[in-house]
Amino acid sequence: MLPYARSVPDDRTTDPSLPLLQMTGVTKRYPGVVANDAVDLAVARGEVHALLGENGAGKSTLMHVLYGLQAPDAGTIRLRGHEIRFRSPRDAKAAGIGLVAQHFHLARRHTVAENLALALPDTPALFPTRALRGRVEAVARRYGFEVRLEARVAALSPGEQQRVEILKALLQGADLLILDEPTSVLTPQEAERLFEVLEVMKAEGKGVILISHKMDEVLRVADRVTVLRAGRVVATRDAAGADAADLATLMVGRSVQRGRREGAPVPGAVRLRIEELRVEGERGEVRLDEVGFEVRGGEIVGVAGVAGNGQAELAQVLTGLRTPTAGRIRLDDRDVAGLNVRTLFDRGVVHIPEDRNAMGVVGSMQVAENLVLRRHRQAPFARGRLLDWRAVGQNADDAIREHRIATPSRGAVTRTLSGGNVQKVILARELGGRPGLVVASHPSYGLDVAATEDTHRLLRRQRDAGAAVLLVSEDLDELLELSDRIVVLFRGRVTGVLEADGVDRGEIGLRMAGAA
Amino acid sequence: MSAPPVDATPPQGDRVYRTAWRIERRAHAGPLLAWGVSLGAVLVAMLLTGILFAAFGVDPAEALRRIVDRTLLDGRGFSEVVRRAIPLMLAGVGLTLAFRARFWNIGAEGQLLVGAVAASGVALFSDLPGPLLLPAMFAAAFVAGAAWGLGPALLKVRLGVNEIITTLMLNYVAIYLVRWLINGPWKGTSLSGFAYSDVFEQAAWIPTWGATRLHWPTLAFAVLLALLVAWLLGRTRFGFEVRMMGESPEAARYAGVDFFRTTVALVAVSAGAAGLAGFGEAAGIHHRLVDPNSLSQGYGYTAIIVALLARRDPLAALVTALFLGWVQASGDVMQVALRLPSQITGVTQGLVLLCILATEPLLRYRLTRVRIPVAAASAQGGSADGGPASGAGGREVG
Amino acid sequence: MELEMAWVVLARALAFSTPLLWAALGEIVAERAGVVNLGVEGMMILGALAGFAVGQTVGDPWIGLMAAAFVGAAAAALHALFAVVLQADMYVSGLALTIFGLGLSGLIGRAWVGRPLSDSMSRVSLPLLGDLPGIGRIVFQSQYALTWLGLLAAVAIWFVLFRTKLGLALRTVGENPAAADAAGVRVLLVRTGAVVFGGAMAGVAGGFLSLAYRPSWGQGMTNGLGWIAVALAIFALWHPLRAVPAALLFGALFSLSFLLQDRFAPQLLTMLPYLFTILALAVTALAKGRGAFGAPEALGEPYTRGGR
Repeated sequence: MLPYARSVPDDRTTDPSLPLLQMTGVTKRYPGVVANDAVDLAVARGEVHALLGENGAGKSTLMHVLYGLQAPDAGTIRLRGHEIRFRSPRDAKAAGIGLVAQHFHLARRHTVAENLALALPDTPALFPTRALRGRVEAVARRYGFEVRLEARVAALSPGEQQRVEILKALLQGADLLILDEPTSVLTPQEAERLFEVLEVMKAEGKGVILISHKMDEVLRVADRVTVLRAGRVVATRDAAGADAADLATLMVGRSVQRGRREGAPVPGAVRLRIEELRVEGERGEVRLDEVGFEVRGGEIVGVAGVAGNGQAELAQVLTGLRTPTAGRIRLDDRDVAGLNVRTLFDRGVVHIPEDRNAMGVVGSMQVAENLVLRRHRQAPFARGRLLDWRAVGQNADDAIREHRIATPSRGAVTRTLSGGNVQKVILARELGGRPGLVVASHPSYGLDVAATEDTHRLLRRQRDAGAAVLLVSEDLDELLELSDRIVVLFRGRVTGVLEADGVDRGEIGLRMAGAA
Repeated sequence: MSAPPVDATPPQGDRVYRTAWRIERRAHAGPLLAWGVSLGAVLVAMLLTGILFAAFGVDPAEALRRIVDRTLLDGRGFSEVVRRAIPLMLAGVGLTLAFRARFWNIGAEGQLLVGAVAASGVALFSDLPGPLLLPAMFAAAFVAGAAWGLGPALLKVRLGVNEIITTLMLNYVAIYLVRWLINGPWKGTSLSGFAYSDVFEQAAWIPTWGATRLHWPTLAFAVLLALLVAWLLGRTRFGFEVRMMGESPEAARYAGVDFFRTTVALVAVSAGAAGLAGFGEAAGIHHRLVDPNSLSQGYGYTAIIVALLARRDPLAALVTALFLGWVQASGDVMQVALRLPSQITGVTQGLVLLCILATEPLLRYRLTRVRIPVAAASAQGGSADGGPASGAGGREVG
Repeated sequence: MELEMAWVVLARALAFSTPLLWAALGEIVAERAGVVNLGVEGMMILGALAGFAVGQTVGDPWIGLMAAAFVGAAAAALHALFAVVLQADMYVSGLALTIFGLGLSGLIGRAWVGRPLSDSMSRVSLPLLGDLPGIGRIVFQSQYALTWLGLLAAVAIWFVLFRTKLGLALRTVGENPAAADAAGVRVLLVRTGAVVFGGAMAGVAGGFLSLAYRPSWGQGMTNGLGWIAVALAIFALWHPLRAVPAALLFGALFSLSFLLQDRFAPQLLTMLPYLFTILALAVTALAKGRGAFGAPEALGEPYTRGGR
């Protein structure tokens, strides 16, 4: 037992042969979707149980149900043999369940101590952070954490923030931990450290549910794997002896071939050249420094890095959403640094933005309107200062047909479309013409396999047509599959430009961590 | 095909279903529903006002009958309704444009007052020949109103200063500006002891309809303005960009909208329209610069309700302005014929706004009947949604 | 003589800053919990009327003040219902509260216009400080209890916000409501509580005007003070202790405009605080308060669990 775990009544000491957690027939519906359909899941003590599935397979919903964030429509949950029904996360925590969500539940402007104090059940009403240190240190030492209690969360790296979240769960006395895509913000090396922490947890008899869609890490750390597809359990297997290709097939429902980069055309002349680029944030902090590389026409260059190392700023600066502090950006041998969004777009820079719902479309506008969102100043959609709605409608009909956008009509409100179809709207608009430079940020994030393949096909098509394509992604598989070369960013600097052919993933990982 | 989980699955044979009402989020509310809800909100507000009447010892049905008699069924009464709607139309239509871009201009009152000041200045102190006088006053009022809105607009785009507070503060500045003028430099010479300016010469009076106070040229222009704003929003690049800015600033930035130019332009039109309302009141009704309380009677604030009740649609604002003009005109009837305090209209206006807010969830949610499968094991647990049974074996959750 | 003048200005500044401070402190608490309430002006005027009406009827201004706080809180509960629970537009809801409050107080208050207050709040003399030469008589003997209580309230609110678990929960609700929810804090309850508390503070501010400062009731007597209080919360960078000098600055401006009345037209001087409010907001924006000094990160954002 943890030294500061909440004293728990009888049921923690019940029959140890019962599984720690047993979910049976859990069903959760949303309008038009069955997010979980009679899902069964069992986790034993000292087990790391991976929950594998694509985005939208229902992993998160299942965990929300377990954690008391959502009420199930049907099904039972037994914890240590007792049936439970949580009204809110506070019930879940009291019962010994901890959640480390993908988006950390931390107040960024508060200190680590304040964040921990709020979450602990027996924090005193007055001076809540005062007696914290002693409590934290014992646990932190056992798991090999270093904790800066007085640091503000905003000043911590994502890896450090994640450790604060894990620590929080442990201090609350969790003996079943849910980790939601824990490695998505980590370098491969930081991920290794996390896996070591998981080993300690196993040794202490805790149960861990590891949500992931990455096969290799699942096979590496999990004892058992449950695969979800479209809200249903399609398999539960021992990790030992399971096969990655087999799991992948189960996950997507058919066999997937990780495509090799098929005969790409010979890259042409340099279209984008970046030299000595420096970008500072609003308070003078360096976001990008001494960044330089080239992209040729007919070439896809990938940008790798852990989130928050300057990729977003790079995309913003190239598309005019941010002004560089110093350095040169040359597009087709013309200086374009510091030009605004509109001028850059007119010069052939298109942008598939990271946050497609907030930035890529206006959710409350019609599909047809969003299909001309940036082209509304160009013929045939604009005639002088007026808009030609007939041309806009014609364009929409064409795009909906060509890109098979699933929408009730061109007049439908864009917000009502699925994520994949919103992305199709953006792709149809941005990749409809003959751009010179394509900046694609996380273009397949959250999309299902078919939509991802569509996205990749369109990017390849632009490459084949001679555009320079810059692909920013956190998915190393995607980068390796599409890119000719990979630029690695760490703390705003380029730590490597690697030929994608035959590159070693470990090499990329090291450079993402700033080593080498 | 796969290793089965350690524990057996529950009996799945025959499923039990039950039905339940559930609140669901709507993706989108159609215009018909939106209008229906607005109408409902107005009716509820009227009903509450009726209760207020009863509290003052007046039979609501009888009161309504007499109000309708004297405002809608009486020519002169109706002209009062329309002439009160004129400033509400001008300012309200302007506000629909600003609110579309989520520029929360709460300063129509001040913009109206400085419009009146500018128009009065031209009428009192320029040497323009008669026929040019009214056009010059018109232009001056528009420019003054626009200028009054420009400061907050610049502060918002350049520094991100909240425009609600700045536009509102300028209302007070405008009130004291008018008071200063009519007590000081512009104080009338003909009537000493009263705080208002001299009467304009006749050429500076906006013609009225017969013997009423209905200054119809302003009304005609208000209708034109509504058409113009509707056309701007629906047919032009400018309007498209205004809507983008309001619906999603991030997407507008991505689409290359020039926030500075667009904001300045739309605020100029919005605040300028309110300035014109001031021109109408000064040159059409009072024919002199008078105290802010007589000049405006809160038109600038009521115009906010006009625009919101119209759901930010400029053409609909013509209708809602007539409605609120009727509410205001009813105040006179209440006072004279029913011996009710005219302040009731202020409460009614507030109620209208509150009722619109209260009914807003109807546009975002709907009640649907759903069939929920109940796994046999949990059927005895009772309600599966809504009210889950006590958590974790009745453990304290406090 | 010069010094005496300065004390007079300070004394008046203290008196005038009192309603601003109470209302601004209330708004700071609400906004620290993430809720903007533009209904301060409305809550204040309703508080002023309730305070006066009850104080006049009962004859005890302190009971009147309690009524003011209660009515302010009740009005704020309406905003909480719309903006927090029903998640209607926060700005429009506050605005509606102000318009409704001004209208309702105008109607109900007709009966109390021009009536005298039999027993208004008396001024108190602070022990020891009141015996100081000059400043003692002018400043420390001549203030209302609510002025000193306002300063105490600032310290108390600071203590609760930054030194107690309740305050930590409240601030977390305003920074990251999902995190607060995950930590077991009832987000909507805390937000509602913060808004209602802010309303009670605005009610006291209104009650001070009608029970002590004037003391009388007049339609629209708050005259934009509630709006200035909203601006003050921003100007004070959402910090209760910084609200004290910020409110004093505005108080000094008001008292200066009284002193200068024989040299400038009074209407022009009356404009000054309103113009200065705009200036203060512009300066705050220029200084670009961020990090520890910025706005709460979830300010103005409604919260739905697990939803977008």
